Parts: sequence; C-alpha cells; structure tokens
Amino acid sequence: MKADLSKLLQRKKKQILESWIQHQLVDETLREDLMSNEELREQSEELVNALLKSLSDKVFADADAPELEPVYEILAGISISRARQGFSPKETGLYVFSLKNALQEVLDEEAKDDPQFLYDSIKRINKLMDNLGVLTFETYIKGREEVILRQTDEITEISTPVIRVWDGILALPIIGTLDSARTQVVMENLLQEIVNTGSTIAILDISGVPAVDSLVAQHLIKTVSATRLMGAECIISGIRPEIAQTVVHLGIDLSNIVTKASLASALKYAFGLMKLDVKRIQKDIKS
Amino acid sequence: MKIVLNKDAMLIVKEQDVVPFRNRVKEYAVKIGMSLVNQTKLITAASELVRNMLKYGGGGQTLIEVITQGRDSGIRLTFIDKGPGIKNIADAMKDGFSTGKSLGLGLPGTKRLVNEFDIKSVVGEGTTVTILKWKHG
Ligand SMILES: Nc1ncnc2c1ncn2[C@@H]1O[C@H](COP(=O)(O)OP(=O)(O)O)[C@@H](O)[C@H]1O
Ligand SMILES: [Mg+2]
Repeated sequence: MKADLSKLLQRKKKQILESWIQHQLVDETLREDLMSNEELREQSEELVNALLKSLSDKVFADADAPELEPVYEILAGISISRARQGFSPKETGLYVFSLKNALQEVLDEEAKDDPQFLYDSIKRINKLMDNLGVLTFETYIKGREEVILRQTDEITEISTPVIRVWDGILALPIIGTLDSARTQVVMENLLQEIVNTGSTIAILDISGVPAVDSLVAQHLIKTVSATRLMGAECIISGIRPEIAQTVVHLGIDLSNIVTKASLASALKYAFGLMKLDVKRIQKDIKS
Repeated sequence: MKIVLNKDAMLIVKEQDVVPFRNRVKEYAVKIGMSLVNQTKLITAASELVRNMLKYGGGGQTLIEVITQGRDSGIRLTFIDKGPGIKNIADAMKDGFSTGKSLGLGLPGTKRLVNEFDIKSVVGEGTTVTILKWKHG
C-alpha cells in the first residue's frame, strides 16, 4: 500500500501542533512581551487546522491551488499583525519555519521504515513551506510599510504646533523639511490659530529647518503673505548664519519680511510693536 | 588633475527621495571636513537640482563623487535625467525665469553657490547638470 502524505499529516494533527508550539516556546526569541502563550496557541492552531485541511496531492504539486487560499489568508493576517506589533523579520520568519520542523519531525517518526517515501515527502513539504515563508515576508514588509506611512502622517500632524507665547503673539517652531504638504498644514494651523486667539503677531521659527532652498523660501514667503492678509504681522526667526549666507547667494529677496536671528530677538521686536516693555523689578533694598 | 576617490549613486523618482539624497551628500561633505557654510551651500544647491530633476525631468540618476586635486578636496555631484530637456539654456539661467510658476532661482542660484557648474541639455533627450564644491572654496 502506498502511503498518503496528506492523510498521514492530517491524522497527526495534534502531535504536529504540540511539537510546533514546543518549538516556539523553547525558542529564545519568543516574545512573551508582545504576545501571550494563549494567543500564540490560538494563532498556531488556526493555521495548522487550515493548512492540514487544505492538503492533498494536488496542493503539494501546485502552490497556487485555490485550496491554499484560506491558509494564505490566515498567514498574511498573522504576519501583518506581527509587523504592526513590532516583531522582527527574523522572529516572524522563524514562526513559519518552525512549523516546517514540526512537520518533518512527525514524518521522521512515521516514515522511518520507508526512506523513499520519507525523501519524497520531505521534498514536498519543503516546497510548500518555502512558499509560505516567502508569502510571510512579503506581507510582513507590507505591514511595516503601512506603519511607516501612518507615522509620516502623524509626524506632519504633530510637528507643527502653534504656541501662544504671549497674549496676541503666536510662535510656530518649524522642525525638519518644509515641503509642500507640510507648508499647507503649517499655514492652515497658523491662520486658524490667528482667528481663534485674535493674535496680531506670528513668529515663524526656522532654527530646526536644515536647509532653505528656493522652494522652502517660496513657501515661507507665501505663509507670510497669508498672515498679513489676515491682518497680522509675521516675523521669521532662527535664521542661522550659514543659512543667511546661502539664501543671499541663491538670490532670494527677504527684504520685505522682518527676520531675526533668534526667537528671543523676535519676541523682543514683537513686544516693541505692541508697545510692551519688559523690566527687571527693582527690589527695595532694606537699610 | 582631478582624482575621484569615491563614487556613489542614488536614483531619484519621488519627492520622498529628496531628503535622503541631501543627507547622503551631507555625510560625504562632513567626511571630507567641509566647513559648515560650504556644506549648507552644497546641500542647498543639491536640493535645487534634485527638485528640478523631479519637477521638470520626471526623476533621474544622481552621482556623488569625492574629488581631490593637489591638496584640495571637494564633492562633485551629477544629475542626469531623461526628461524633455531645456530649449533655451541662456533663458533658464536667468534670475527669475521659470516655466513652473516658482521663483526661477534654482539654476542661477546654484551656479552662485558652487565653484564649478556645467549644464548640458538636449531637447527630447534630457538634461545633465554637474556641480563641484571645494572643501575651502
Ligand atoms: N531638469 C530639467 N529638465 C527640464 N527643464 C528644466 C530642468 N531644470 C530646469 N529646467 C527649466 O529651467 C527653468 C528654470 O529652473 P530654475 O532656475 O530651477 O527655476 P524654477 O525651478 O523655479 O522654475 C525651469 O522653469 C524649467 O523650465
Ligand atoms: Mg528649480
């Protein structure tokens, strides 16, 4: 009688699952901080169930067989969620490859008297599991890319705070590159805050901007013009010496804009515009 | 005679490539000990040319080279695109000339920021710009 690999594995489901979980538990990369043992067991059981159920000679011969779709789906879900949870690629890869070990161990045990069958079966299992491994990496990367895109959006959001430094004075520290998308966010936040607070002076601090090229300059000029249209004065501060020299050589004309070297000097200038005076209190000297 | 010590290439296809490219240029400038002012000038020039390549040339290839000549060293950058090319280079080099509703300072400004500037363009074939900034230039 010719042994049937799919049936054999299906019969040994419990053993395969136990062996796989054992493999994962003894692995030193097990991330108990990211996932509880119960969760791990549940995930593993779902995948083993789906995989064994789909197995047939046809599936071993054809990695694109529709029977494998549910398996791919579950595995893709697992690797995407692992990517989001912060598992490393190695940890995610070992998860799938330790299943391969578990399958082979069961087979070693069951087919030790039939070397030809054992050899053929190991080859078929290798092929199938390698396909699953490749799929895991592909979806893992996709998961990471989603994380990066989301973070980019978040950074754009949080990196443009508008600060009320004084009654009537707003400050906007800009950190990083001022591209077109960021400028739009900066400008909207600033104009909205001018309305909300009734401020008459806005300070745009560019200490944290690494380079001012003609595009960044154009964005700054636009922001200043929009602020003026709202009836507020706009000061640009934090122009470092090397930036000042570069801007002059580029040929950018900032003569219509009030610029200051530091946020402190911009604030002082703003106080002047508002006819405010900052004074040290003279303490009474007791005789 | 100019000797190339190190060669690096980077493909530019999207706006997100601008900052990594600038950072790479900065790394080389720091490595050869370029002064902060010259670093900033070089990075700003690089930024202008790489943005032109994206906006008008549809992206392209960049080359970063570390150059020595006698006792001086510097960075040479090359920007190659296979875009529509520039019809009239003399116009494009004028302050304030722009077909893209921007400031028109990228090319003439870049020329003022670096020590050597070369532009070649063939309509229908593409544009190549090469700049060089010496460490103490
Ligand atoms: N790589 C390029 N391919 C085609 N045309 C270009 C390229 N670079 C610059 N140009 C042309 O030269 C003009 C001037 O460029 P530039 O001085 O950088 O100003 P701006 O980018 O503000 O238009 C551009 O408006 C464009 O018509
Ligand atoms: Mg330009």
